[in-house]
Amino acid sequence: MFKNFLYSQKVAPYVFVLPFVLVFLIFWVYPLLSSFGMSFQKVTLGQEAQWVGIDNYTKLMSDTIFFKAVRNSGVYMILTLLILIPFPMLFAVLINNKFMWGREFFKSSFFFPALTSVVVAGTIFRLMFGEMEGSLINSLLGLFGVEPVKFLKGQVTGFIALVALASWRWMGVNMLYFLSGLKNIPDDYYEAASIDGASAFQKFTRITMPLLKPTTIYVLTISIYAGLAMFIESMMLWNGNNSPKNIGLTIVGYLYRQGIEKNNLGYAAAVGIVLLLITMVINLTQLAFSGMFKKED
Amino acid sequence: MKKKGFLALMVVAMVVFLAGCGGSSKEEGGESSVLNAGAGDNATELSYWTFVELHGQHFEKMLEKWNAANPDRQIKLNVTVMPYDDMHNKLSIAVQTGVGAPDIADIELGKFPDFLAGTPQLEPLNDVAEPYKGTVVQSQLDLYSKEGNIYGLSTHVGATVAFYNTEILEQAGVDYKTIVTWDDFKKAGMQVYEKTGKYMGTADTSAIWQESLLLAQQGSDLTDDAGNPKVNSPEMVKALTMLKDLQDNNVISTIAGGQPDTEEAYGEFNSGNYATAFMPLWQMSRYTNYMADLQGKIAIAPLPVFEKGMPRSYGGGGTGTVVTKTAKDVQLAKDFIAYAKLSLDANIEIWNTLGFDPINMSVWDMKDVTHNPENQFVKYFVNNPFDVLNEIKEEIQLIKSTSASPTINNVLCTVTLNEIFEDGKDVQKALDDAQAQIEQELK
Repeated sequence: MFKNFLYSQKVAPYVFVLPFVLVFLIFWVYPLLSSFGMSFQKVTLGQEAQWVGIDNYTKLMSDTIFFKAVRNSGVYMILTLLILIPFPMLFAVLINNKFMWGREFFKSSFFFPALTSVVVAGTIFRLMFGEMEGSLINSLLGLFGVEPVKFLKGQVTGFIALVALASWRWMGVNMLYFLSGLKNIPDDYYEAASIDGASAFQKFTRITMPLLKPTTIYVLTISIYAGLAMFIESMMLWNGNNSPKNIGLTIVGYLYRQGIEKNNLGYAAAVGIVLLLITMVINLTQLAFSGMFKKED
Repeated sequence: MKKKGFLALMVVAMVVFLAGCGGSSKEEGGESSVLNAGAGDNATELSYWTFVELHGQHFEKMLEKWNAANPDRQIKLNVTVMPYDDMHNKLSIAVQTGVGAPDIADIELGKFPDFLAGTPQLEPLNDVAEPYKGTVVQSQLDLYSKEGNIYGLSTHVGATVAFYNTEILEQAGVDYKTIVTWDDFKKAGMQVYEKTGKYMGTADTSAIWQESLLLAQQGSDLTDDAGNPKVNSPEMVKALTMLKDLQDNNVISTIAGGQPDTEEAYGEFNSGNYATAFMPLWQMSRYTNYMADLQGKIAIAPLPVFEKGMPRSYGGGGTGTVVTKTAKDVQLAKDFIAYAKLSLDANIEIWNTLGFDPINMSVWDMKDVTHNPENQFVKYFVNNPFDVLNEIKEEIQLIKSTSASPTINNVLCTVTLNEIFEDGKDVQKALDDAQAQIEQELK
């Protein structure tokens, strides 16, 4: 009987997916449900939680700092999308070109930043964008006669540093995604297009871009999520979660401030649920528009 | 060949990268070391978390004395140094969940109210502090207390003083001893800027030492008697208007790092770009450790005041050493920290090792200790710090620490002071906004 069960072809698949299902239930579904419950409570660690209904959400709706955080995360996401999708795609096409010299060198040097820890990179960027005359960026600007800029104290300049860090770090990763997408496009298409007299630009817009669409959608989806969930970059760049005038505060940063720094876990859970909703709405809309949910013909 | 070259490049890159990690782990991940201090095999190992590396050195000295004096209750101390925010966040989670907390920890005054919220998960220290009552400043024990229970043992008084760079002042023809009021300070500062192009002082954006000392002079506070925030009081407006006026006249200017006690600011002071810092006395150790170029140039003096006769100092900052409820051997930990923080020996060592103004004020009168010519702090500064301390002894005020304090601190240091000193926002408007924001957050 037991042997039958072990060798049963019907049971085997379930046994094989069981580890995933367990991990998913314990580390994903359970925390999600429990934080959903927590968002309706006043929770302080070590003490009994109180049920407060939708108090946390009504407070959130009149919380200007939360909206500042949402705006920061949103702007950061949009900026990273504008930079980290077109440019890696372009670089991938260039590097994929047979006539390009030093391909391996560029490939590895673009990818290299992804291997460094955000902590190290953030600290170095903080020093580079320091407000003193002698910091790297300011001494470069000094060559052109520009006065030292207090990069990390202004909204716009702060975001320049933040987006510079993100671009430096993620350019190579996104480029690798596009490179692997390019490898799947057969050379025959380009040959045929050449014979028909298509220009390089036409080949790019008519062959490369449409055939890269699945890759692009994937990169877009993870970039939206990564943009909205950004936290460590900001934390390292400003050497803590409290940037001047909250210019670098992100939604997750605010969640961390409320939950960990202020011990207000119920409120933090509400912030987390709102973040989840925002991410889901944006990504599902984006996926619907790009036709991901349509049945393949 | 190509592949080999690439491989070599990667190896080199990895080595550089890993070396980078090794160097940084000290700062970011926390560093542990076990202090044996002559302890035998049967010593109890206690763990201790702090955010100030120097505090570990003090404990090491005290531990040696403890182990020699108590052969049957010897201790090995496992010291972990972590960055400020990191340590307090980890500790907060650990004490409240009851898992993973150290036996002994340092908690900074600004964070202390968070640990006293609800039922404190810390051990009351009344019994071990009792023998030292009367020898140490009572207000320093009250500072870390709740409902009559003492939960933390203070390290220092933190009397705030002015640190003047005499080299810059001499160049400008200013004698710091003649500065009594803020008007004097302003005149001197304008002269310094005119003659040397350097700033007299800093306009702090990431700390509230300056606001606190100006409030203390006027007998005011950041909170009312009930502990509710009042950051837009007339006294506060007067204080910030005065500072803003100093900034507008190029007497003070914002500094990289936002306040004198940051790495960037040490560099600015060390290269002689700012002549004055108004800081609690513990800033001395930052001078000796991080601003070696200024040796023999820094003089200590009482703070300027609005009007002659106002109190010239307040106790700024502080660290309470606590024993957690989950400590392995609560009584041993309590006895040890009382010995290491409150005993006369400890108070003398706190001055010798750390350069702090000890809370046992009888040490302030011990000439052989305070004027020891071998002491690094005595050697470094132009005048003896205790000559100044004894002069202002009766004038040291306190700013209350209440459950609203962490929020007040956070709003002022991240938003309000930046708005005033960086963006030039109207003082009254900025403070009204701050008050509204603080009330909203405390709801």
